This record gives sequence, structure tokens and C-alpha cells, in this order.
Amino acid sequence: MSEDSTNNNPDDIQLFAKQERIYPKRVSGIYRNLKWIAMIICLAIYYLVPFIRWDRGPNAPDQAVLIDLERGRAYWFWIEIWPQEIYILTGILILAAILLFFVTSLFGRVWCGYLCFQTVWTDLFIWVERIVQGDRNKRKKMREGPWTKEKVIKLGITHAIWLVIAWCTAGSFVLYFNDAPTLVRSFFNFDVSPVVLGFIGSLTFMTYLMAGFAREQVCTYMCPYARFQSAMFDQDTLIIGYDEKRGEPRGKHKKGADWTGLGDCIDCTACVQVCPMGIDIREGLQMECIACGLCIDACDDIMDKVGLPRGLIRYDTERRLEEKNHDLKISPFRILRPRSFYYMAIIAIVGGIMLYSLLTRSELDMNILHDRNPLFVQLSNGDIRNGYDLKILNKTHSDHIYALQVHGLDGAVIEMVGAGDLDELVLGVAADSVGQFKVFVHAPVEPQEPIEIEFVLQETQTGISDRYKSMFISERPH
Amino acid sequence: MSEYKKKDIDEISGVETTGHEWDGLKELNNPLPRWWVWVFLVTCIWSLWYFVVYPAWPVAGGATKGTSGYTQFKELAASQAEIIARQQVYIEKFEQADFDKVLNDPALYSFATAGGAAAFKDNCATCHGSGAEGSQGYPNLNDDDWLWGGKVEDIYTTLQHGIRVHNDYDTRTSQMPAFGKEGLLKTEQINDVVDYVVALKGGHDAASLQGYDIFQQNCASCHGADGKGLREFGAPNLTDAIWLYGGKRADIYQSVFYSRAGMMPAWKNRLDENTIRQLAIYVHQLGGGE
Repeated sequence: MSEDSTNNNPDDIQLFAKQERIYPKRVSGIYRNLKWIAMIICLAIYYLVPFIRWDRGPNAPDQAVLIDLERGRAYWFWIEIWPQEIYILTGILILAAILLFFVTSLFGRVWCGYLCFQTVWTDLFIWVERIVQGDRNKRKKMREGPWTKEKVIKLGITHAIWLVIAWCTAGSFVLYFNDAPTLVRSFFNFDVSPVVLGFIGSLTFMTYLMAGFAREQVCTYMCPYARFQSAMFDQDTLIIGYDEKRGEPRGKHKKGADWTGLGDCIDCTACVQVCPMGIDIREGLQMECIACGLCIDACDDIMDKVGLPRGLIRYDTERRLEEKNHDLKISPFRILRPRSFYYMAIIAIVGGIMLYSLLTRSELDMNILHDRNPLFVQLSNGDIRNGYDLKILNKTHSDHIYALQVHGLDGAVIEMVGAGDLDELVLGVAADSVGQFKVFVHAPVEPQEPIEIEFVLQETQTGISDRYKSMFISERPH
Repeated sequence: MSEYKKKDIDEISGVETTGHEWDGLKELNNPLPRWWVWVFLVTCIWSLWYFVVYPAWPVAGGATKGTSGYTQFKELAASQAEIIARQQVYIEKFEQADFDKVLNDPALYSFATAGGAAAFKDNCATCHGSGAEGSQGYPNLNDDDWLWGGKVEDIYTTLQHGIRVHNDYDTRTSQMPAFGKEGLLKTEQINDVVDYVVALKGGHDAASLQGYDIFQQNCASCHGADGKGLREFGAPNLTDAIWLYGGKRADIYQSVFYSRAGMMPAWKNRLDENTIRQLAIYVHQLGGGE
């Protein structure tokens, strides 16, 4: 080891960083208000949506948003999804991702700062902390001070409220998968399945842990989105920027004193004190910054007090801040850029496909599967018979009778096999279910190449129909 | 962070160094969050717990057993037991229901066909093929031609007692003479009767053929005067399109000369009653059931 005095001593080095406790100070202003509004809307949606009712008729659940795993159905107001339509979920995920890219490219990390559940719940938990324990200085003093009775009580109340919120959060999550009023009622009767309790328990624990303790660590170390956002950023993306040119050299300033030689930043650290991520925005754009804008509110407040114009810290772009620093002509905002249009195009395409599939979604689907073994059967009178598995998907909420016909085969006769007397013109399928039938078609055909045939299924009263192309095979494939 | 400030900071990255230096290259220190280390340690402890509780370490003759005694065999046995318990409900109903009831009850019907399909693959597919398509000498069970009857009760009896089982008194049995081999008919007579049968199966008016008289004297007792077969003897219909041993002239000649007598085992003492009944219903619904 070198004896050079500028070198650090490896024995003193901290290879593991302790989590620095952050006590965000209360702040008010336009962005704080936006954050409150976003928080209230997000929480209201999350907690209340399971209780919205939506009448779907007598044979279907009346919960507006419900994922019924047991029966394999998902309901979203007027949209109803069967397991084979799970691609709609893929579409939603793609759409959500691209929307996120789009918004990020326009306005920076607004998702992180205002809408992400980690942000919303952390904000809520910090609010509880402040209500119970007081603002930043009080919290910090109490936390770092000795264990007094007051400290125990206040911390106890804080954690109790946190746990209640976490429990409600977990409970609400489960409500999306069950009939909400029934489940709430069964809670009061202590009649809840261990599976539900297990989910609630683990989600309560995770909410408590993530919003109460992990907080900014989630954004900095766990969240992949925070990391790959750098790929969506460019010089024209809106970021929270500190106007270095205007602010520096920073320094304390007494009221009425001369400003010569001083920048506008009075080094009051208000921006640092309110930051939920515990960073100093004056150091420039940082990976930790979730762009919540609270430092803007804090700084504007101070600027008002010292009688300087607002906006020492503001939403701006890297390009403009850089230009200002170098005394260049400041270019205008370029919010809409080519990438904005790429994202919009993708959103339009994916959204269009989804809209199309939802609008053209029929309430009747037929699937026909030709038997593979045997491919065909010769009957004693010389006819050839083919077997098919027929599935009728009745997606309506009432029972229906369907009639099956086969087109494209001369002399074709349909035979049904199954329990009881089945008639291919009177196939009953119960509401919201799949009817499975075994269908035989026989016809006087000489052995030949497969004949293309088409099955036509028609609802006997409404006339809604579906078609399915299939084959009639009469000789072994060569 | 303040305690780091007095330390050596790399100018370019602004990150402190570890103090290690090799020919002017300094190692930077970007510390890992401490909670991450705790999580790592917890997973280590978890793995120790896992080593103790679950089978983990390979040792001579297998692996450590683990205190929980868990094996995947036990898990399999448990899920099989669960399935059997679920089946039991249907089995009880199935035992009490006669064929007629099963054929008209959708739940019992699909229970029976599902069970029959599995039993068929295990026991019958060897000869009849996995699709019950059969092959030369092994009847196709999908078609509508039956030697011994295609009602579900007939199929059930055939399954129980088999065909030409020597120690089962209720077995389906009959014997076609080997007309050529045993010298019952001369070669030209056989040729005549084969010509007659070929004409019969072609749907022609064959009464004028020389084979007609030979057929009436030798064959009609079992196959019927019109050649349409008799199920009491398992004698096939000679006028239809289904030929178990082949419908070419040479095949028919062989059948007449050497005779044919396929056999099928009796399943009565090999499979339980429920399985046989399920098989009967399964075969019945393959497409030819009467």
C-alpha cells in the first residue's frame, strides 16, 4: 500500500452504505397541491373501484371491475374477457408502457413524481408521520433523541396507522378478485379463506415495508424504470433544474444587504429539506430525482420572501439550462419531438387494434377440431364419416339454442353423439359457458383429396351466427 | 456522507476511492446499500433452513431426507388421493345407474367416457389402435358394423367374456370351417363361391352365378341366405363395405380356404366392473353404437 497521504485507508472505507433517514419538510405550493390531488385521485380509485356495481343481468357478477380467477373471467365495466382473450391484457400492458415512454419523453418523470404507487403510498405514510410526530425538525429531534414515553407513544401510533393503511391496501387488492361486499361481510364474520388471508398478510407486510421503511431506496435501487428512463431522456426532456448561472455563487444573504458577488441562491437548503429522495437538486440532474417538484415549491417560497423572481429551481430542459450557463442564445422549449410522434403512432396502432378487437368481439364463438385418430371412418354402406369436436362459446348471460349446419359437402348428414337425444338443430348452451359436443358428419364420398367444408352455427332466435372452416377427409394422406 | 468528505475523491466521477491503487489506477467505492446485505444474509439463512428441512445434499444411496420428510412421490400420492376422492362421488352414482341412465345423464356420461378412454388406451389400444381404428383382423370400433352386436349391453358382454376364450363358458364363440384346408370344398368350388361373394359385396344380382348353390349349402347357415350375416354366430355381413380381413378377391379366397377366427381376451377378471362398463360406453360412443 502506498504511503501517499491523499489515499484513503482501505480499513476506514465503508463498503456498505447505511440508509440515510430522510425527514421531508412540509411544503406548500403548486406542485405540492398537484401531488395532493394526484394522491387523492389515485387512492380513491384504488380503494373505491371494487365497490362500484355494474348490472350485467342475473347470471353474472355485478362488480364493475372484477377478475374472477376461479371461473376464468375478467370484467371491466361493459367489457368482459374470457381466458382466450388474454391478449387484451398484453395490449393493455404494451399501451401502458408506451404511454409511460410518451409522457416521460414530454414531461420527464411525472409518473415517478406523482402517480407511481411507491410515491403515492410513501407520501401518504410521510403525511401520517408528520401528523403524529410533527414536522421535519421535531421528527428528526425525536428520532435521534433518547427513548422517552412520548417517543414510544408517537412512534407506536405512527406504526399502528401505517399498518391499518397497509392492511386496507392489501384488503382492497384482494377485493378486485372477489365480490367486494361479500368479502367485506365475511371479514366481519371471521369467515375468510386462508388463501385470502395469506395474500392480505403478505401484501400488508410489503406495503408497510415499502412505504414505511424502504421508501426512496425502492426508487434508487430496486426500480428498473428509474434506471432505464435515461434511455427516454434527451436534451429536450423536461427536468427539474437548478439555474446555476443565476444561483451561483450561493451564499447567505441578510435582508437589505448588497447582492454584489452573490448569486440568487441564499443557500437556505429549503430545497434539500423538502426532498423526499434526500438529494440536493443544486448538484444537477440526478438519477435519484423523481421530479416531484417539491423543491420548486420550496425555493419559490423563499424567493418570494427575499423578493427575487421565482424559478431559481424550475421545470426546464437540459439544453436550455446548459445554454444559459454558457451565455448562449436560449432556444425555445421543444416539447413535441420526432420521438413524441413515434410514441403516438405506436399508441394509435396498439390502441386501434385493441379497440377493433373489442368492438368486433362477438358474443358467440365456435371452434371445430377435426379428429386426428381416426382421420376418417368407412361405414358399412360405403359412406365416409369424419368426427369433429365442437365447442360453442356462449358469451351472453342467457341460455341459448343453436343450430349447426355443414356447407360444401353433398349428401352430408350430421350426427350427434352424447348423453341423451341430441339434435344438431337444437344445441343448448347455458349462459356464460362453453358447450362441448361430438359431431359426426357422413356423406357418400369417393376417396379423394380433403374437401373444404364450412360449419355454420346459428342462434335460433336472434339469428347471430358464426362460421368455421374445416376439412372432410376421405383417404389416407399420401 | 460527511465523514467521506475528507477522503480521497476521484475527480472525474466524484466518487471516493477505496484507497487501493495500482500504478496510478485507483479503485472507486460505490457502496452497496446495507439493507441489501441484510437481504442477502436472510437468504443465506433461508438456504440453511432449507438444507435442514428439505431433502438437499446428495449422499451415498440417495440424499439427505430433511426433517419435513417431503418427497415429490408423497406429493404425487397426495394429489392422486385427492383425485380419487373427487372421482368417488361419481363412482358411487355410476355404480347405481344402469346403462340407460348413464347414456342420458350428461355428467355421468362424460365421467364414463373419460374413464373409458383412459382404460381403452391402457388395455385395448394394443390391438384396436389408440384411435380404435383397428387394422386387418382387429375390428375398427368406430364404424357401424358389428360382429357380435353394437348395443352397449352387447359390447359390455363382449368385453366381459371376450371372443373365443377357451375357459370362459359365456364367451362369444363360433367356428368357420377351413373349407380348403380341410378338404370340404374343391379349389374350383372355392373359386366359384369367392366369385359369388365378390359379386355379393359389389351389390350385383349374383343368384345366377355357380357359387350361389355352394354358398347356400355351405355358408348360408351362418352368413344367412342373403349373405347379411348373423350376429349369434359372429358371422359378418358379406354385403357391406367393411371387410375385417380385407375385401380383395385374394383376401376372401384366403378366408374361405383357411377360415378366420379372431379372438379377444375376457376382461371380467382383469378389470373391475366399473371399468368394463366405462369401456362399453366409451366404445359405444365412438360412432357405431346402436
